[in-house]
Amino acid sequence: MNNAARNPLFHVARRGAVPAWKAWLIRGGAILLSLVACGLITTVVTGENPLAVYVTVFNGSFGTVRKFWTLLQNVAMLLCVALAVTPAFKMRFWNIGGEGQVLIGGLAAAACMICLRDSLPNAAIIALMIVSSIAAGAVWGGIPAFFKAKWNTNETLFTLMMNYVATQLVAYFCVVWESPKGSGQIGVINQSTELGWLPVIGGQRYLLNVLVVLVVLVFVYVYLNYTKHGYEISVVGESERTARYVGIKVEKVIIRTMLLSGAICGLTGLLLVGSTNHTLTTTIAAGRGFTVVMVSWLAKFNPIWMVATSFLLVFLERGAGEISTNFGLNQSFADILTGVILFFIIGSEFFINYRLCFRKTAEKED
Amino acid sequence: MKKLLSLLLALTMVFALAACGGNSAPAAEEPAAEAPAADAPAADAPAAEAPAAAEVKVGFILLHDENSTYDKNFLDAAVASCEKMGVEYVVKSNIPEGQECYDAAAELVDAGCNLVFADSFGHESYMIQAAKDFPEVQFCHATGTKAHTEGLANYHNAFASIYEGRYLAGVAAGMKLNEMIDAGEFTADEAKIGYVGAFPYAEVKSGYTSFFLGVRSVCPSVTMEVTFTNSWYDEALEKEGATRLINDGCKLISQHADSMGAPTACENAGVPDVSYNGSTIAACPNTFIVSSRIDWSPYYEYMISCVQNGEAIATDWCGTIETGSVVLTDVNTAVAAEGTQDAIDEVKAKLVAGELHVFDTSTWTVGGETLTEYMADVDDMGDFQPETNVIADGYFNESGEGFRSAPYFDIDIDGITNIDA
Repeated sequence: MNNAARNPLFHVARRGAVPAWKAWLIRGGAILLSLVACGLITTVVTGENPLAVYVTVFNGSFGTVRKFWTLLQNVAMLLCVALAVTPAFKMRFWNIGGEGQVLIGGLAAAACMICLRDSLPNAAIIALMIVSSIAAGAVWGGIPAFFKAKWNTNETLFTLMMNYVATQLVAYFCVVWESPKGSGQIGVINQSTELGWLPVIGGQRYLLNVLVVLVVLVFVYVYLNYTKHGYEISVVGESERTARYVGIKVEKVIIRTMLLSGAICGLTGLLLVGSTNHTLTTTIAAGRGFTVVMVSWLAKFNPIWMVATSFLLVFLERGAGEISTNFGLNQSFADILTGVILFFIIGSEFFINYRLCFRKTAEKED
Repeated sequence: MKKLLSLLLALTMVFALAACGGNSAPAAEEPAAEAPAADAPAADAPAAEAPAAAEVKVGFILLHDENSTYDKNFLDAAVASCEKMGVEYVVKSNIPEGQECYDAAAELVDAGCNLVFADSFGHESYMIQAAKDFPEVQFCHATGTKAHTEGLANYHNAFASIYEGRYLAGVAAGMKLNEMIDAGEFTADEAKIGYVGAFPYAEVKSGYTSFFLGVRSVCPSVTMEVTFTNSWYDEALEKEGATRLINDGCKLISQHADSMGAPTACENAGVPDVSYNGSTIAACPNTFIVSSRIDWSPYYEYMISCVQNGEAIATDWCGTIETGSVVLTDVNTAVAAEGTQDAIDEVKAKLVAGELHVFDTSTWTVGGETLTEYMADVDDMGDFQPETNVIADGYFNESGEGFRSAPYFDIDIDGITNIDA
């Protein structure tokens, strides 16, 4: 009896199609709510004025022209890795090996800069850097794809483990090429000759990176949406059986897509080593290979939206650094704020797909 | 349902408006007031009292934050010195050894800093790059090696003769060993100590060798095992390294790496530990003996006053016991042997007076031979070519006058075993 009459306070029901404006209203509301929550946390925990904190976060990215360029650079690098893994994600191939593919691309670029500096002219070194780092990234992405295609190995674990192999390889070469002896650091490569340094365009150190990533963005967008390859990827992603049924060679698509995915990661490594840092460390990818999972998912694998999501993450990260500098708070506090904001953003997707139905009639009967 | 949602949305809008309204006003003023918020007012006030001196604003770049003993040592001294001197400062923590360091330095310059200091070895190339781009700003870098050959008027290295501090800490460790031998815990022949190092780099080798020589000056039968973590900060690896040494039969541990890994391992195993960078007595009350560290305050005060008075900062500055740059923490009397403090004071006086040299060639050998000459790569041009003889008057002249401040003692002496090799 009791059970039959039981009517919960609310239950969750799936929504039908939500109009775009409504979905964005919910997302916008979630961001605003997250800011309110962060403000409350800030005031309660640290006693700082939350508005001042927000202004500081904003200034972290837009405070000066230089900060804005740093923002652009970081967005470009994050976006580049996100663009790299997205074709694989769309195919339901969970490539979380972006980190390793970037590192191995960077390693190839650094190897060219160090080993060829005495024997080849600058232009030839740069040409070889481009070819080798893209090829190295492609190979690093291709290996797990080959195993997946041939023996159906688990790509998540495989690509993850390839990260550690790449990190150890880089650590090894850091010792081989260390300067000074015993320090385990390569230092800036060819600092006096600038051999193998990618050119600086228009006096802006980061402009080249931004332009290259823009080209990659257009390429990936067109590739996914307007080419036969892109269509094959989405069919394989929807259902491998359907793909086989219509005559798509699934193995070929998997390997081809991962070669591309790894190649773009390798390109990111090239930009990080050849254009930005001019050195190689095990932390040069800075966790981007993992952050992009969020970038890509939040944007629902749409390359154009990924510009916005990577911007958001970098904006928050830069703001976090600014908070720790200006308020003398530990960076971990800023990370907490970032976590809260992301929680709200990801949570808002729930309210777009589902709705809460509250008990209406039951109360009257009680 | 719809009502609730609309109510929620309406609420958000209200908050949003409030937030926007509040935002816009300070935002307009912000460009001018980019200064650090919390610390600025206190620091500002005394500066006004000395109008004759040039305005100084110092930017500090740290590799990690206060959770690393290494960076905390810099940070504490920075805050203390700037407050004492009454100058403004900005701290940027968690700056990796890459292009981020250049960006951080440039941002500090943008924020009005005319003196920028970086604390990690790998920052050096990027600091040099920044020094070239901002010739009107002074750049100081700890532990670096390139200032004396780079020839930039606004780029400077600094270090301290920390090997003297290590030697003194070694004396305390040796006395503890003697006490344990006298108590019958092990025989004199079993007196073996362990050392957890970061990289097999001159700075680390110089550190553990001076520590070992300090121990051996009071406990002649001692030997030492060294293991490297190949990282400056890796708590798990440092803990593992210390545990491995303890299991190998080491009776006392010291370390040159920046986390609490080794001290914690010692406390867990009940093995005495000589620490570095600062006291670890709070976490390790039963095993901590003493710690040597570099006090950066004398250098900070020196560089700030140089900029205030428009004087040139020394290209290569090396602090000593005398300048107050090399210090020992209080001895933990609960663990240390009796009379440790007196012994330390006695040896310290000899070091200051120049009667005693840490790397006296009569106290150590290489392959059974006493060295009379050693060529070191002091100029660090990237050629790895040793070019300078650094042994004279019967001792190895570490961080010596006319050479450079960063250590270059990289000799493997008899009595020390690298267990990774």
